[in-house]
Amino acid sequence: FESLDKLAVTGTHNPLTLHLKNLDYLLLGDPAFNYQEAELNERLKRLYPAVNEDETPLPRSWSPKDKYSYIGLSQNNLRVHYKGHGKNHKDAASVRATHPIPAACGIYYFEVKIVSKGLDFLSSLLPLSPIPGWDKHSYGYHGDDGHSFCSSGTGQPYGPTFTTGDVIGCCVNLINNTCFYTKNGISLGVAFTDLPPNLYPTVGLQTPGEIVDANFGQQPFVFDIEDYMSEWRAKIHGMIARFPIGERLGEWQAVLQNMVSTYLVHHGYCATATAFARATETLIQEDQTSIKNRQRIQKLVLAGRVGEAIEATQQLYPGLLEHNPNLLFMLKCRQFVEMVNGTDSEVRCFSIRSPKSQDSYPGSPSLSPRHGATNPNLHSAGADSPTCSNGVTPPNKNKSHNKYPGVSSASSSSSSSPSSVNYSESNSTDSTKSQPHSGTSNQEETSDSEMEIEAEHYTNGVAENPSARIMNGTYKHQEILQAQDISLEDSCASRQLCGGNQAATERMIQFGRELQGLNEQLCREYGKNVTHKKMLQDAFSLLAYSDPWNCPVGQQLDPMQRENICSALNSAILESQNLPKQPPLMLALGQATECVQLMARVRSGSCSFARVDNFLH
Amino acid sequence: TKCVHLPPEVTATSRHYVDRLFDPDPQKVLQGVIDMKNAVIGNNKQKANLIVLGAVPRLLYLLQQGSSSSELRAECAVVLGSLAMGTENNIKSLVDCHIIPALLQGLLCPDLIFIEACLRCLRTVFISPVTPVQLLYTDPTVIPHLMSLLSRSQRTQEYITQIFSHCCKTPEHQTVLFNHGAIQNIAPLLISPSYKVRMQALKCFSVLAYENTQVSMTLVNVLVDEELLSQVFVRMMQRDQPIDMQLTAAKCLTYMCRAGAIRTDDSCIVLKTLPCLVRMCSKERLLEERVEGAETLAYLMEPDVELQRIASVTDHLVAMLADYFKYPSSVSAITDIKRVRHWTLLIEPSQQHTTLHTTLDHDLKHAHELRQAAFKLYASLGSNDEDIRKKITETENMMDRIVSGLSESSVKVRLAAVRCLHSLSRSVQQLRTSFHDHAVWKPLMKLLQNAPDEVLVMASSTLCNLLLEFSPSKEPILESGVIELLCSLTQSDSPALRVNGIWALMNMAFQADQKVKGEIVRALGTEQLFRLLSDPDSNVLMKTLGLLRNLLSTRPHIDQVMSSHGKQIMQAVTLILEGEHSIEVKEQTLCILANIADGNTAKELIMTNDDILQKIKYYMAHSNVKLQLAATFCISNLIWNEEDGSQERQDKLRELGFVDILHKLTQASDPNLCDRAKTAMQQYLA
Repeated sequence: FESLDKLAVTGTHNPLTLHLKNLDYLLLGDPAFNYQEAELNERLKRLYPAVNEDETPLPRSWSPKDKYSYIGLSQNNLRVHYKGHGKNHKDAASVRATHPIPAACGIYYFEVKIVSKGLDFLSSLLPLSPIPGWDKHSYGYHGDDGHSFCSSGTGQPYGPTFTTGDVIGCCVNLINNTCFYTKNGISLGVAFTDLPPNLYPTVGLQTPGEIVDANFGQQPFVFDIEDYMSEWRAKIHGMIARFPIGERLGEWQAVLQNMVSTYLVHHGYCATATAFARATETLIQEDQTSIKNRQRIQKLVLAGRVGEAIEATQQLYPGLLEHNPNLLFMLKCRQFVEMVNGTDSEVRCFSIRSPKSQDSYPGSPSLSPRHGATNPNLHSAGADSPTCSNGVTPPNKNKSHNKYPGVSSASSSSSSSPSSVNYSESNSTDSTKSQPHSGTSNQEETSDSEMEIEAEHYTNGVAENPSARIMNGTYKHQEILQAQDISLEDSCASRQLCGGNQAATERMIQFGRELQGLNEQLCREYGKNVTHKKMLQDAFSLLAYSDPWNCPVGQQLDPMQRENICSALNSAILESQNLPKQPPLMLALGQATECVQLMARVRSGSCSFARVDNFLH
Repeated sequence: TKCVHLPPEVTATSRHYVDRLFDPDPQKVLQGVIDMKNAVIGNNKQKANLIVLGAVPRLLYLLQQGSSSSELRAECAVVLGSLAMGTENNIKSLVDCHIIPALLQGLLCPDLIFIEACLRCLRTVFISPVTPVQLLYTDPTVIPHLMSLLSRSQRTQEYITQIFSHCCKTPEHQTVLFNHGAIQNIAPLLISPSYKVRMQALKCFSVLAYENTQVSMTLVNVLVDEELLSQVFVRMMQRDQPIDMQLTAAKCLTYMCRAGAIRTDDSCIVLKTLPCLVRMCSKERLLEERVEGAETLAYLMEPDVELQRIASVTDHLVAMLADYFKYPSSVSAITDIKRVRHWTLLIEPSQQHTTLHTTLDHDLKHAHELRQAAFKLYASLGSNDEDIRKKITETENMMDRIVSGLSESSVKVRLAAVRCLHSLSRSVQQLRTSFHDHAVWKPLMKLLQNAPDEVLVMASSTLCNLLLEFSPSKEPILESGVIELLCSLTQSDSPALRVNGIWALMNMAFQADQKVKGEIVRALGTEQLFRLLSDPDSNVLMKTLGLLRNLLSTRPHIDQVMSSHGKQIMQAVTLILEGEHSIEVKEQTLCILANIADGNTAKELIMTNDDILQKIKYYMAHSNVKLQLAATFCISNLIWNEEDGSQERQDKLRELGFVDILHKLTQASDPNLCDRAKTAMQQYLA
C-alpha cells in the first residue's frame, strides 16, 4: 500500500550540464565555471531584483567556515557529504550558507537534491547565531519521518518522507514570514509561521555516505518559484491599487491634480499647465509670466545657447547669479563646452549657414522683444483659441526622453510633418484638436514662445541643427539618428570645432581665458573649489583632441549633459522666488523610492514586489 | 404569462411605450424604441410590464421587417436583449414568442451592429437555465453560420463562444460543434486581446473536451501562434492570472487527461494542473471556486494512485478540506454574503435587489455544495492508498462528519458521503477501528431503506465491505435484519444493485454459523438463487457461485444444504459447466463440486452422477491449470481415505480411468497441480 519510493522525479531535466560540455570547447580558462557563474548571477538578479548585494549578499554556496567538522564540501561548495560516524544524534552535523537570506528577496527559494541515500534530516533554516547555539531557533524538515521541527527536538507531522533522488526545496516568504517546503516540485504547504529574520539556508546530515547537492539558483528549480512569486506580486500590486481611500476621494483627487499641475509648472510647460488648470478648475500658484520666463531660459540651456540663457537670467532675475557664483561658474563652463560644440550663440553668429536655415533662424537679438510682445497676445487669444497646444511641445520632449524605443518613429516623422508630432502627443483637449485646421500660418503669431517656431522650422529641413532637435525633445535619439541617417559630409561639417569657423574659435579661446579668470576670482573669494577645478579641466581638455566628439571627455558635448545644469538653474530661480525647488511629484517619487529601500533594511519583504519602477512607464 | 397586478399609473406609462411602437411614422417608432430602451435598463418591473403589455411580438415584428431601417432593427434587438436580462419569467415569455428563430434569422443580415445586438440577446437567452438548448441545433445551418461570424468582431466572438459553452450539454452537441470546426475556429481566440473573449473561448474548450476522447485527442495537437494548446492552458493557470481563468484552464487539462490525451505523469498535470486545483480548494477562494476546484481535482485523480499520493501531500490538502465543513460559520456567513452579493452585482445590475433571504438560501446551498465536494474529493483521494485513508480518518471529526453526512437532507451530500465511506471501507484497518467505533453501519442501514438507486449502489457496496468476516460491524448488522433487504436488492433491475446484494450475502455467509446460512437460503429462496445462477451479468453469477461455495463450507453444513437442495444445485452446476462461461466461473463451479465432495452424504450426489464425473474428468485434462487444479481437488476429496466408503469410491473412479489421469498429472509442470495429484495418488497407495 505505501511505498513512496515510486514518486517520479519529474521535471529534473538539467540541460545545464550539457551546455557546459559544449562550451568547454569554445572558451578558454575555466569556461564552465564562468558560464555557470554568469547564469547564476542572471537568475538571481531576475528572482531577487530588489536585493542590493552590496549591502546584503545572497547565499550562493555553503560556507566552509560555518560547518561541523563531520561535513565535507566539494564542487564549488555546493555538494555536502557526511564523514562522521553517524552512530547517534550527537553525530549529526550541519552546514549553513555563506549569507543569510536578505529580506528584500520578498520570496526566497533554494533546493537540495539528495544524491545519496540515508539522509536523516534536512534542516533548512537557521537564524544568525553563534555556532554552539545552532540547535536553537532552527527550523527543519526531516527526511526519515517527514516531520517538521521548530526550535525543539520533537517534531510535528508535516509532509512525506524523502530519500535518494528526491529534490527538496525550501521557500521562505519574507512578506508574511512563513515557510513551506517542496518535494520534487510539489508544494507541501506551510510548515512554519512567524519566522524570525536573518535565516540561513542550512542542511544537516547524520549517516555516513550521505551526499546532497544544493541549488541556490545555479540551475533551474524543479518547483516553479517564479509562478509563486507572480502570485505575490499580483497580490501586492492589487493591494496598492486598491488601497482604500474611503471618504477622502475628493481630497486625493485634489492632491493628484496639484501634483500634476506643480510638475507642469515647475518644468515651465506653461500652456499645458494652463489647460490642465482650466480643465480641473484649479489655480496655479506661480504667475504666468514667471513660468514663461523660466520656460524660455530652460529652453535656451537645453538648446545649448547658454550664453543667452545667462543673459536672460541676469535680465529677468537680477542678482540671482551674483548670489549663486557656483551656479554661474557651472553655467559658464557649460557655455564654453557649447562653444566647442558650436551651438552657443557667441560662436554661432560666425557660422556659415545654409540660406534656408539662416532665413528661418530668428536670431537671438530679436528674441527678447518679440517674446514680450507675444505674451499679451497669448492671454487674449489663448483662452478660447487652440494656441495653448503649442506650448505642449516640451512635455513631448520629456516623454520621449523616458522611453527611447518609442521615439524613433516620432523623430523620423518629425522631419516630414513636425506639427503632427506635436499635436498627437499633446494633451487632447478640444482646443488642441482644432489646431490642425488653423494651419501653420497662424502658428508664428499665436505661439507663446519663439522657440517653438524655431523648432518647427528646423525640423523641416535643417536636420543637423541640434537646437531644432532639442526642441522636439528627442535630441539624444536624434543624435544617434544623425550618425546613421544624415550623410557624412553634413555631419562632418557640423562637427567641427566651433562650427569650423576661425573667428568663432578665437572667441572661444578668449572666453576660455575669461572663464579661467572667473575661476581664479572665485578661488580668491571663496577658497579653492575642487569641483570647479575639475569642471574647468574637463572642459579645456576638449581642445586637446582633434575630434572632441570622439575623445575620452567627449561625453560633455552630449546634449544630455545640459539637463543637470538646466534643472539646477531652474531650481535656483524657483528658490529665489520662494517657490519649492523640487516639484512635489518628484519629492513623492523620491520618498517612495527611499521608503522601499528602507523597507528592505527593516526587513519588510513586500518591498521586493512594490518597486517604484514597476509603476513608472 | 403570469397575472401581474400593476398600479394603473405604471401601466399607463408602460402602455404608452408600447403604443408608440405602432406609430405610422417610422422615425417616431425608432424614437419610441430608443426611449423604451432607456426606460427598461435595470428596471425589472418595467421589463415585466412591457412583456405583459405585448411589446415583445411587436418588437420582433419590427426586427424581422425588411422595411425597417437597420438602426431600428438593431435598437429592437437591444431592447429585447435588455428584457432578457430580467427574471427567468421574462426569458420564458421571450422564448414563447419564438424570439430564438427570429434572432437567428437576423444573424443573416450583413449589418454588424445588428448582428452583435442579436447575438447579445441570444447569448442572454441561451445562458438562462430555462431555455432549452436544443433550440440552437434545430436548424442545421445555424452552427456553421455562427462559426463564420466568429471572425467579425470581438463582440461576436465573445457572445458566440458563450452561447456554445452554455449549449454544449451532451456528447451529440460536442460532436456537432466539433464537426463544424469549433476547435480550429475557437483556438485562435485563446490569445485574443480581450479577456472576455479569451475566457469564453477557454470555457468552450472545457465543455468540448469533457469526457470526449475525439475532441481531447485533437486538442493536444492544436497549435496557437506556434504554441501547443496545452502550453497555452498552462500559461493561463499561472498564479497571477484571474482565478476564473486558472480554474477553467485546469478543467480543460483535466478533461484532456481523463480522456487519455495527456498522460497522468505529464509535468503539465503533475506540476501544474494538480497544484492549481489544490490552490482552488484553499480558504482564500470563493465558495463556487472551492466547490469546482475540489470536484475537478477529484475527477482528475480518480483513476490514478500516483496523482492521489501527490495530491495528498500537496499544500495540506487533506486538512484544507476539513474547512469545507465549517461553513457557514458565524463569521464566514457574513463575509461570504458580501462576496456573493458583490459577485452578483458584477454580473447583472438589475439583480441588485436580491434579498437577504435569497442570499441566505444561496448560502445554505453553498454549504451543501461544499460538503459534497469535500466528500467526493476525500473519496477520490482514499480510493487506493492505505496511508491516505489513514490520514483522512485521522482528520478532525472526519468519521462524525461522514456519519452525519449520510443522513443529510440533500441527496447530493448523502451520495458523496457514502462514496467517501465506501472509499475508506476498502481499508482493513479502518473497518476494524474507526468504522466500528463510530457505528457507521447504523446510518448506512438507514440509508439503504429508502434511497435513490445511485445512493443504494454506493451504500450496498459499502455494506459488502462492512460484512467482511473480520469486520466487527458484521455482527450488529446481522442482528439488524439486513438479510431481507439484501435479498430484495438481488431482485433489482440494476445489475450493480444485484451484484452488491449477492456480494453482501456472499460475504455474510463466509464462515457463518448454520443459523445464518439457513436464514440466507430461506430468505433468498431457491428459485431466486437459481435465477441468479443464470443472470446475464457475469459478476452476479460469480458472486452467486461464491455464495453457494460459502454456504457449502464445513461438512455438516454441506450435507444439510445438499440434502435439502441437492438436486437443484447439481442441476445448476451441470448447466454452468456445459454453458459458455469464463474460466473464472467454471473454476468457481468446480470448487463448489469440490466442496460438495467434502460432505459425508453429499459425496454420493456426485458419485451417483456419471455425467458430472465425466465432466470432472474432462476438466482434469483441460488446458487451463486452474480448472485442472479445481477438478483434481474434487477427485481428491472423493477418494480421501479414513472416510466411510472411500474404498468403493476409489475403485469406481479407478474403473472410470481417473487414476491414469492422476498419474499423468503427477508429471505436470505446474508444481501445485503436481503436488495435488501426488497427494491424491497417495490415497490409493495407503
